[in-house]
Amino acid sequence: MAEPVPFVPSDERALLVVLPHPDDETFSTGGTLAACHDAGVPTVYLCTTYGDMGRRMGRPAFAHRESLRDVRQRELAEACAVLGTEVRFLGLRDKCVEFEDPADIAGRIRAVIDEVRPSTVVTFYPGHAVHPDHDATGWFTQLAVRGLPAGERPRLLAVAVGDLKTNIAALGEADVVSDIAATSDRKVEALKAHRSQTEAMFLRWDADQEQAFQERLLKGERFYLLDPDLVTAYERSRT
Amino acid sequence: MRPIDLQAVQGELDRRLGLLVYLHLETTTGSYTALGPEKKPPVIVFVRNARITYQRGVVTGSGPYRVGLKLEGGWVYAEGLTDFEVSERDELLLAGLDPEGQLTVALQVSETPFREA
Repeated sequence: MAEPVPFVPSDERALLVVLPHPDDETFSTGGTLAACHDAGVPTVYLCTTYGDMGRRMGRPAFAHRESLRDVRQRELAEACAVLGTEVRFLGLRDKCVEFEDPADIAGRIRAVIDEVRPSTVVTFYPGHAVHPDHDATGWFTQLAVRGLPAGERPRLLAVAVGDLKTNIAALGEADVVSDIAATSDRKVEALKAHRSQTEAMFLRWDADQEQAFQERLLKGERFYLLDPDLVTAYERSRT
Repeated sequence: MRPIDLQAVQGELDRRLGLLVYLHLETTTGSYTALGPEKKPPVIVFVRNARITYQRGVVTGSGPYRVGLKLEGGWVYAEGLTDFEVSERDELLLAGLDPEGQLTVALQVSETPFREA
């Protein structure tokens, strides 16, 4: 198995991150986004939903089902100001991404790729991302890149979610690792900006059982190289 | 939201009796239960902007509370409700919140549609 290659911000022209919820960008790519910003590389977060069906309302709860959309939109603006990232929304209903028409959503993601001209696109690994919105957003993004002519395709990186050992057993070691030592403070600040979603987590932050989770969150961000033409098990299950 | 006041909630239910209202009904375990120690699959249901008319609407219990809405030909039921609010848009919002501030159940009615993405 080849050693993972480092993610080198200065090698990038622009970075596009496509994930479904406000806070996914910080959990999965926050340190990388900030590192790109430091290197003068423009970054765009295309968030496919508003996270309006989330369960966490703050601790204690300060949001409710009908206010959560605006709350999370504001939190995302604040987090992405910390990370130096531009935010765009696709406006899909939270939890319902997988029921949308794949060609339609892939086309809308493609339009953003055509405009941003990223050298790398980051999304979730279809079928290895735990949440149905994650898997579907990953697949639609993969389809969007697949639609580009071979010479014009950005590099596609995918994030696996959940148990590390399970991911390694299924997909092997990560192909690309982003060292976020220099930007982990900003990642924490951005996580805190997602107050409705992370307040409970930060209350437990110093507890022993959270140490492994924190280490994974703050040590490095791990990505798999995803071949746009690869028909994943997830895609086979959907077609 | 604030803790359910039976009288206030009953008044709000009564105020919408016989009207065509939009319903949001939901329960959720959260999407990440499979990552928890018990590795349980998530169970999540929601109905948003279904249109109903109820002839009778009752909030009851000693906390957490239950609400039943009696329709022409059926029922809407929710258990585990703890908090309520009447929003700026005059929506009656009822929710069950656990000690972590997480929503477990919601029952909402409004004369105007709930906002869609």
